[in-house]
Amino acid sequence: MTELTKAKALWIYETMVRIRRFEERSIELFQAGELPGFLHAYIGEEAVAAGVCAHLTPKDQITSTHRGHGHMVAKGLRYEGMFAELYARRTGYCKGKGGSMHIADQDLGVLGANGIVGGGIPIAAGAALGIKLKGGKHVVVSFFGDGASNEGAFHEGINLASVWKLPAVFVCENNGFAESTPRATHQAVRDVADRAKAYGIPGVSVDGMDPAAVYETAGEAIARARKGEGPTLIEAKTMRFLGHYVGDPGTAYGHDKEVVKWKKRDPILAFGAFLEKKKWLAAKEREEVRARVNAEIERGVEFARGSPEPDLSDALTDIYASL
Amino acid sequence: MREILFREAIVEAMAEEMARDETVFLLGEDIAEFGGSYKTTVGLLEKFGRERVRNTPISEQGIVGAALGAALMGLRPVAELMYIDFSAVAMDQIVNQVAKVRYMFGGKAKTALVIRTQGGAGRSSAAQHAQSLEAWFVHVPGLKVVMPSTPRDAKGLLKSAIRDDDPVFFIEHKLLYLQKGPVPEEDYTIPLGVAEVKREGRDLTIVATSSMVGKSLQAAAELEKEGVSCEVVDPRTLFPLDKETILASVRKTGRLLITHEAVQRCGWGAEMAAIAAREAFDHLDAPIVRVCAKETPVPFAPKLESHVIPNKDDVIAGARALLETA
Ligand SMILES: Cc1ncc(C[n+]2csc(CCOP(=O)(O)OP(=O)(O)O)c2C)c(N)n1
Repeated sequence: MTELTKAKALWIYETMVRIRRFEERSIELFQAGELPGFLHAYIGEEAVAAGVCAHLTPKDQITSTHRGHGHMVAKGLRYEGMFAELYARRTGYCKGKGGSMHIADQDLGVLGANGIVGGGIPIAAGAALGIKLKGGKHVVVSFFGDGASNEGAFHEGINLASVWKLPAVFVCENNGFAESTPRATHQAVRDVADRAKAYGIPGVSVDGMDPAAVYETAGEAIARARKGEGPTLIEAKTMRFLGHYVGDPGTAYGHDKEVVKWKKRDPILAFGAFLEKKKWLAAKEREEVRARVNAEIERGVEFARGSPEPDLSDALTDIYASL
Repeated sequence: MREILFREAIVEAMAEEMARDETVFLLGEDIAEFGGSYKTTVGLLEKFGRERVRNTPISEQGIVGAALGAALMGLRPVAELMYIDFSAVAMDQIVNQVAKVRYMFGGKAKTALVIRTQGGAGRSSAAQHAQSLEAWFVHVPGLKVVMPSTPRDAKGLLKSAIRDDDPVFFIEHKLLYLQKGPVPEEDYTIPLGVAEVKREGRDLTIVATSSMVGKSLQAAAELEKEGVSCEVVDPRTLFPLDKETILASVRKTGRLLITHEAVQRCGWGAEMAAIAAREAFDHLDAPIVRVCAKETPVPFAPKLESHVIPNKDDVIAGARALLETA
């Protein structure tokens, strides 16, 4: 069993706060008209990214989604480059060419967020194959939503990973909605984890609002993958606290009502209380975490604001490695 | 005449056809309560109910395949792909199934279906949500391809597409949805395969599709002030193509500029240019000019996006270059 040490618990807490504050600040900036494009906020789902990524090193890889900021922060990406990307600046992780839905950092094991639902899942299988063929001990984690589990890419990717026993972990962030479509009308299974049976791999449902539970479940799956025993499908039951994208009130399809009970289980508040009880982190120290994160956030925003826009000539670079 | 939004024209077309023919039904992602990501199905769930306005899982291949299956059973499905970029996920069904079954099965299969989608750049939605991929579909025998540029055309053409017995790939542009224009209140259709001269002129012909029609009309208005008279022709349907209307214009003006938002290389304009070069060769006074997107994925940064996507000024520059060549 993976034991949650104090150090890991504190890392997870701080990571969740880092994700939350990044999202809150991005939303403010977006609503103030400073950021182009659109945003999908990860608020409410922080326990999943933090609980899983607590097991990963920079050499472990992830694939992410349109709702990817949380995975990026948990994987160690810096605010400067992330904000700069949202601001479409040259200093962003993708030079302002990708934006919110397409952040990547190969050095930190982020193969990429993805604008195509389900698109990352087979890529994760392929990356796991690459690691295996090169004899590495690293793993690949693929994050995706319940909606994505209805795409062919989900089935094909996981089937490949299972039949080749690849070092991959598939993490479904089941927030009960695919854009405006409630789970019950887009899939007849209640637990996405049930789908693991179809591929002959373990499937586990876990409370995605409880980072300790996510940490433990992910730890087992990742250890299994590292040992060469093949992939696991984890389903973390969670909830996005906001609409599908920033600006969607969620009222048209019942999200606004559903979210009320989930907010009572805010992972940051709940885990904060848990840490307090454990005497690992007092209220005052939680405030210090917040202040530290906020200062870092503002440095990131200032960096982005002060960064140059891309040059027009940048539009035509990076298309090919060579011609 | 009353004016309505492009997206309202789309809703009206579907509402009228659904009322007229109960074999017409809709399927797609988030088209029910949500009314579609770009609000092109607003109110239809309330009017026609869940059986006929079907929210689907995120399964583009399933959506198109199911539309085809239902068409084979004699229904007239209208499938929505939220972004044309996601058609890539459904390509087997579109290309190998929908486009093929009539021919492959000796002309007996029923394939009356519409795949509606939207494409184009302009909202900083980056490389996977802003493409112009119409040429892929024009290239496949068995598909008809429509790209309307005004609310009136959108409604009339969509109604024809729904009544057509062939599969029609119907491409809207995300920036046109909020454009207002006159749309008749009475029942009307616009036949597939008929171009429209959007502005008459003498000195050159601009063949423009989708979002480039409006930009070309603006360019023509500016060029008029310099004494240059542009004729702007909108093919409206890329296949079947109304060659006659276009070629008549080219024969009249002797100069042809083709503009679309897709990248130039192997774009629909290449086919158009080849047709004009072959069929109006003797009338051309200058090499054909194309004004298209720069050959790159669509960048996120607004500054880069507007740089790679052709605009009114690019059309004006292209027109000037075309007039300067002897
Ligand atoms: C192939 C594809 N189809 C549809 C979309 C549009 N879209 C973006 S996010 C989304 C909902 C995704 O739901 P889910 O996978 O559950 O993730 P969540 O948004 O809940 O995090 C949809 C339909 C897309 N980006 N890609």
